[in-house]
Parts: sequence; structure tokens; C-alpha cells
Amino acid sequence: MSGLGLHDAFLDRARHALGQEHLKQAVRRTTDRLRDGRAAASAEAGAFEAWRDALSEARRRAIGRLDVVLQAWQVRAEARGVLVHHAVDAREACDIVVGIARAKGARLAAKGKSMLSEEIELNQALEAACVEALETDLGEWIIQLAGERPSHIILPVVHKPRGEIRELFERHGGEPLSDETRVLAGYARERLRAEFLRAELGVTGCNMAIAETGSIALFSNEGNGRMVSTLPRTHVALMGVERIVETLADFAHLVRLLPRSATGQRVTTYVNVLSGPARPGELDGPEELHVVVVDAGRTAQLAERDYRDALACVRCGACLNACPVYSAVGGHAYGTVYPGPIGAVIEPLYARDDERRAELAEASSLCGACHEACPVRIPLHDMLVRLRQDNARRGRGGATALALQRIAARAMAVPFVYDAAGRIGRRAARLAAGGGQLGRWALGSAPVVRELLRRRALPDVPIRSFRELWDELEEER
Amino acid sequence: MRAILAASAAARLSSSAMAERSEAVGARRRVALMVTCLVDQLAPEVGIAVVRVLRRQGVQVDFPRAQTCCGQAAWNGGLADEARALAERAIEIFEPYEAVVVPSGSCAGMVHHGYEEIFRDDAAWLARARALAAKTHEFSQYVVSVLGLVDLGAARDGTCAYHPACHATRLLGLGDEPRRLLEAVRGLRIATLARAEDCCGFGGAFCAKLPELSDAIVGAKVSHLAQSGADTVVSSDVGCLLNIQGACKHRGLPIEALHIAQVLEGRKGGAA
Repeated sequence: MSGLGLHDAFLDRARHALGQEHLKQAVRRTTDRLRDGRAAASAEAGAFEAWRDALSEARRRAIGRLDVVLQAWQVRAEARGVLVHHAVDAREACDIVVGIARAKGARLAAKGKSMLSEEIELNQALEAACVEALETDLGEWIIQLAGERPSHIILPVVHKPRGEIRELFERHGGEPLSDETRVLAGYARERLRAEFLRAELGVTGCNMAIAETGSIALFSNEGNGRMVSTLPRTHVALMGVERIVETLADFAHLVRLLPRSATGQRVTTYVNVLSGPARPGELDGPEELHVVVVDAGRTAQLAERDYRDALACVRCGACLNACPVYSAVGGHAYGTVYPGPIGAVIEPLYARDDERRAELAEASSLCGACHEACPVRIPLHDMLVRLRQDNARRGRGGATALALQRIAARAMAVPFVYDAAGRIGRRAARLAAGGGQLGRWALGSAPVVRELLRRRALPDVPIRSFRELWDELEEER
Repeated sequence: MRAILAASAAARLSSSAMAERSEAVGARRRVALMVTCLVDQLAPEVGIAVVRVLRRQGVQVDFPRAQTCCGQAAWNGGLADEARALAERAIEIFEPYEAVVVPSGSCAGMVHHGYEEIFRDDAAWLARARALAAKTHEFSQYVVSVLGLVDLGAARDGTCAYHPACHATRLLGLGDEPRRLLEAVRGLRIATLARAEDCCGFGGAFCAKLPELSDAIVGAKVSHLAQSGADTVVSSDVGCLLNIQGACKHRGLPIEALHIAQVLEGRKGGAA
């Protein structure tokens, strides 16, 4: 009965990941490097905790009156010539982007890194409409060439060894390359540069919108984001409906915290605050700037007190790097677009009836490292517990397993039953430890224990419990 | 050699003198022991160590026999109603006492943090839960912060590594109390444990539901322990200790897992 009692798809994928030595090493090495970077950056900053408080407050304030803040942002953005669209779900969002591409007669869309575009599967929609979608972020491009999905929110190829990346590039270019970063990055740069000039459409995400100025902001390290948002004649930004702060002062907290939480950098190489298309006489910038504001299950959380705070997420990935489960198996084991603790929380919330996502609530030891790392202090561990309760309430988790857990919990409320069950259980465990036929039977009847014991030595189970020893302990006085 | 003997005799003298002095510290104090179901059933020696250490300081220890479980397992397993019933029981059983000592940061964390969650919509029960939380202390917290003691006159030869348990530090907010207590133990060296704050992979039912994953996580902990050169791993929580001990044994690594109270109970040199 080991497993989650739900679909066990997570367990299967986790097992698969654990069988791949290079993957395990690559993921652990990267998550260790990133969390060490975060730790160093936070220690150096001095006021890190105060910044976290400030950003937490700013994000919750914006979420608390999201309708008003969004409206204020839209009025200012439109006044600057931004074309704002609203999409209720993934399909509407794709339709809007495809519609823009068609209207512009676009054959190539150059894309900056955007998890939202992964979420709504924009590439597939564009390809279906005969528009080539080209990822220009190095990691995303590698993922695209490999036909895979990102395994980390900010480092999509964390799972991929360098040798595999070289082979991908060699197949793509038909020429031998070396494993050196300089050579591999140089190849990508050379190939991608030419495409920027050809693309009629640039597609990016939006790290945060700023209501005070009607702007959208993009953080990036590779510079491709700036090229995608300035070179093509039309720029389309995909924005999660919750990704907004009220003021530039609020935004300043994000500038400090997002890179430090994500990679340990003091600042990303590029921070672009875009406030409209190119104005008459300006040489740089797109002729048209569209922002597609996507809901896709987000505003439903506004009414859910247990989960509303998850809307404050800034997608830094710090919780992934801190998580012992993510660090052990990587992102693909989750089977969702967003992996790690934040993924285990928001993926089920985005699709409440999807049982495959629901089981992710169990993919956690509830150690709380995610909450500790989160720049906006989202209580992810508490949310995972609440999601488990939702699952139990819906009868998810297998009727037998749930019934057994219920019986155990209720027995705990009756000291006599608790005591008797303890005596029997401890004797059975001692028999099992002693070997012999009865012991083997005892073990065989408890598959959970058997499964555990394949990897752990049995503890020395005492004959008598503490409560049985108490009277003797009283005599010691 | 003579010098060493003299020094150790002096140390013994001063430590017993200190113990006598500190007897006054705990005098007139009375606590209820929330032994936790895990210690009760699987590690009674930890409960015994807690009682002996506290009694040495003059603290009177009661053991309310009606206690079973704080409700954490049910709560984390998604059984909100069952968890609430157990939490109400625990509050009723322990609220008459002037203080409650728990040899677990996880269960103490449940009283402090989990009960807030359970009773968030019930003002009357929330008030009772908070009153209980205010006087509920993890064992090392109680010794250091309430009794104001760091040196309990304990002695132990060897090298230990300290594993800060996740719920103790992150849910309860336990600080460096255990480390300070260990630093005062005579003859005991404290090894540097890499990534000490990382989860050991126990997670209650997590280790049974996802055993391979739990094993991968504890595997990292075991290799860090092996690198540390410690012969003993010490923590505030028996769940972590059983998990780490089982994984060490399975891998043939001769490291002993001890609760901090067991280390503080030791008076003689040599592994207890």
C-alpha cells in the first residue's frame, strides 16, 4: 500500500527520476548553488527580512483590491497606447495571440521566456495556425529543440547534462561542437540573432505590472527579452491577472528581492519597465504593444481564504531550490507546468477537478523550507495540508486508506484503545525483528512496514511503553 | 596524566556544585510531560531521560495518563475533524498545569502553530489553545529559556552532530538552545554538519507513503553525517532520530542517534 493511494503517477515519475544518476546530481548541484546564492545575498543585504515584509505587504495589498488596481493599470496603459486584452482561460489567451499574429501576417514569433506561455501551451496554438514559435531564451530553446518541458521555473534545463545539450546543437547545426559553455552559448547566440530580425511578432511574459505608471516589467539575464520586446514590430506580453503591484515604490522591493531569491544575484542583467509602444519619433520599440491579461483559474482563489496568498507569488523559484523533494527528483516528476512546492499548491488550484494534480499535495515532507525561502512569505506548507484536507473531504486517496487513517485517528482519542493497539503493534514489530515464521507473517501483513524496511533498519522496539514504565519512574523520586 | 585526572576531578566537583546550586532553579516548579505518542510507544527512554534531567533540577514532573496524541498526524494527513477532536482532548488534559514540557519540537509546534490553524474560526477554543501554547515548551527551550540553565553538569566523550529538526526550527521557532546545551556538556565535541538545516526525509506518513523519496532525502543527511566525523547525531525530535538511525544502520554507518535529553542525562564519560 505504499504510494499516495491516489493515482500514484507522481510516485512513478519520482521513481523514474531517482533511477537517473546524472539527473539527480545535476538537479541537486543546481539547487544547492541557487540556495547558497540566495543565502549569501540575503546575509549581505542586511535588511533582507524587512524587504520581505515590504514585498509581502505590497503584493497582498494589490491582491486585496485586485479589480481596482487592475483597472487603474489598464486606464494608464491604454492612455499610453497599450492594447489590453483579457482572457478567461488558456484557450481564449491563445486565440487572442493567434488573432494578433494573423492580423499582422506573422510567420515567425520570437519568444522570451514565459511560464504562462507554457501553461497555456501557446507554442502549440501558434504552430497550429502556421506561425513558427521560436524560443530565444537559451534554456527554453534547448527545451524546444529537445521537445521537452521546462523542469524549473527559472532554469528550464536544470535536468539536462551539458553533453546532451551539445548533441542537440550538433544535430541542429550539423557541425561538431565542444562542451564548453562559451562554445554552446556562442552557437545559440549566432543562430538566434538572425531570427530576431526576421520575426514579425515578439512574445514575452510579464514579471510584474505597475498600476501607478501603467507599465509592465521584464527581468532577464540574457538580453533576449529586450530584443524580443523591441525588435519585432508587434510585441505581445502575456500577463497573469495577479501579477501586479500598485506603485513604483512597491516595484522597487521586487527589483531587490526577485533576483536575490531566484539566483542570489543583486540585480538581473536587464530590468525593463515598458510603458507603451514606441512614440512618434522614437527609434526603438514596437509599433504595437499588446498585453494579454490571463486569468486561467487565478481569480477563483481570491475567494478562497486558505489559498488567496498563493496569488502573491512572484515566480522566483526559491521554494523549488529549498525543497528536499524537488532537489531529489527535479521538476518533471511533478508532471505539471509549475513544479516544486508552489506548483503542488497552484496546479491543483488552477484545475480543482483534476485528480492527477490533486495528489501533488502529498509530494512534501512538510518541512517548511519553502515558506522559509519565499520572498513573499506564502505559507505553502499550511496550504499543502489544507489541500490534503480538501482531498480527504472529496474522498480522494482511496476509500480503504482513508478509512484506516480515520480509524487510527479515532482510536487515538480513546486511551484504552490507544494503549492496547500500542502493545499489540510493538509485540508484532518485535516478532518481526526477531525473524521466524510469525515475524515474517507479521511483516507480510503490513506492506507499508515491509516497504520501509527495505531501506531502513527496524528501530529497537521497546517491550514496554513510557506509560507502562511511569510507575517505576515515580518510585525513583 | 595526573594533571588530567586533577582537572577532571575539579570539573566533577564544579559540575556537582553547579547541579546543587541549580537545584534551586527548578524548585517549586511543576510541569506536565506531554510525552508524545512516538516517544511513548517507540522511545520511552527519551521520556525517562527528560523526567530525570528535570527532576535533577528540582522540577516536579507530572504525567497526565489520559494523554495520547496531539493530533498532528491526523491534521497533516488531511483529517481535519479527527485532528480537532484530538486537539480538544489535549487542551482539556494539559490546560490545568502551570507548564507543559514536550520532548519534540514537532508536537510543540503543533500546539503553537497547528492549533492556531485548527481553531481559527472558534474564538473560545482558540483562546484556550493560545493559553496552552503560551505555557507549552519544547524540552530544550524549557531548560534554557524557562529554567535559565545551560550547563546541567552532563558529561559525554565523543563527537556529536546536531540536526535541527524542521518543525522545531521552522514551526516552533526553536533557536540555538540545543546547541548551547550541547556545548556545555563536558568532553563532548560538536562536529560541523553540512546542510544541517535540511529535512531528514521523515515527514511522518511521508516516509511510508513515498519511501523511495524519503530514502533519497535521508541518504543526503547520512552522507553529510558521515563526512562530519560525528559518532552521535543529536536532535530535539524522535521522528527524525528514528529515521536517521534506521538509515545509518541500514547503510552500516556506526552513528548513534540520541535525543538531547539523553545526552544531558549522561553523567559519565563514554558513549551512554
